[in-house]
Amino acid sequence: MKKKHAEHENSGYGVYVVTWLALLILTAITVTVSGMNLGKVSVLTALAIATIKGSVVLAFFMHLKYEKPMFTVMFYIVLMTLAVFIGLTFFDILFR
Amino acid sequence: MSATAGIAVHHHRDYTGSKIGMWLFLFTELLLFGGLFLLYSVYRAVHPEDFHHAAMELDKLVGTVNTLILLTSSLTMAVSIAAIHRARKGLSLVCLALTIGFALWFLVNKYFEWGAKFDHGIYPNSEILLQHSHGEILFFGLYFSMTGLHGLHVLIGAVVLFVVGIKLFKKPFETIEFDGRGLKQLTGARLAVVDERGGRLWSSDTIDDSVKAVEIRLKYHPVRKRVRKEDYAALENSGLYWHLVDLIWIFLFPLFYLIT
Repeated sequence: MKKKHAEHENSGYGVYVVTWLALLILTAITVTVSGMNLGKVSVLTALAIATIKGSVVLAFFMHLKYEKPMFTVMFYIVLMTLAVFIGLTFFDILFR
Repeated sequence: MSATAGIAVHHHRDYTGSKIGMWLFLFTELLLFGGLFLLYSVYRAVHPEDFHHAAMELDKLVGTVNTLILLTSSLTMAVSIAAIHRARKGLSLVCLALTIGFALWFLVNKYFEWGAKFDHGIYPNSEILLQHSHGEILFFGLYFSMTGLHGLHVLIGAVVLFVVGIKLFKKPFETIEFDGRGLKQLTGARLAVVDERGGRLWSSDTIDDSVKAVEIRLKYHPVRKRVRKEDYAALENSGLYWHLVDLIWIFLFPLFYLIT
């Protein structure tokens, strides 16, 4: 944990600039893809790219990569809770 | 205070504790928006065609520009925190000011975007909107409430960052407390203030057993070197809030502007 914290303090400007560039590229991709008429696939690609972008923000900008693993576990618990709600709701909607 | 070497300076701060508290709050925010995303996906599943047509009416360019603004503001926020880690107060404050500037820019764009919609008679419960199909009314209802709630978060984030920035800019006082162990080491010694060349400016009486506590109150000008490691917490936690605002927009943007 000590080592992780040291890493955290050392995470430099360069890492953030690269993170930012990656996010810009992903944005460019998602906007370009939305211009093509891919039908049903377009929803999936847009959400997939948004998920990648979100993970990058969480890992690097929000330091989840450098914090204790407990924070990531807590985050996944919240995500699972949300997934259960969404799953159960759609189970209801689709079979009504 | 340099005369007494080896004294443990004890700060009553709990890094992990403050982080957990902030993340718990962020989780409630995620569930709040999560509920709205659920609402969106259910209505989209029920009215796919209407959502498709309604989304075409949104300005993809404004949405993209606002995405770029928020992503860049996240960069300046992260750099601001990295700068304070390196005790570079000036750079940190400049980046913080940039972040707030981007937040305001985002809101100005939002103002013009909503204004254009209002000019076309599209706002909640407007006569023109009510002539649209049921699904389109739902789409615009969700559009106004979700981007509106997000915009409110942008505004709150900007205010929080402003307050933290002002505090960081001022920061004239700091109290350092010695723990009991440190006090024992001080017994028999004197406290002294020494100038750069080692000249004694002031010295205290000898510290004996009758002394129960030593409190040193430092007053200094906000020099960049004076920002301590322990001062990160407020900036880091408000930074986390700011990144969350960015994170939510990352999902709002494709759902409203791109999936057409």
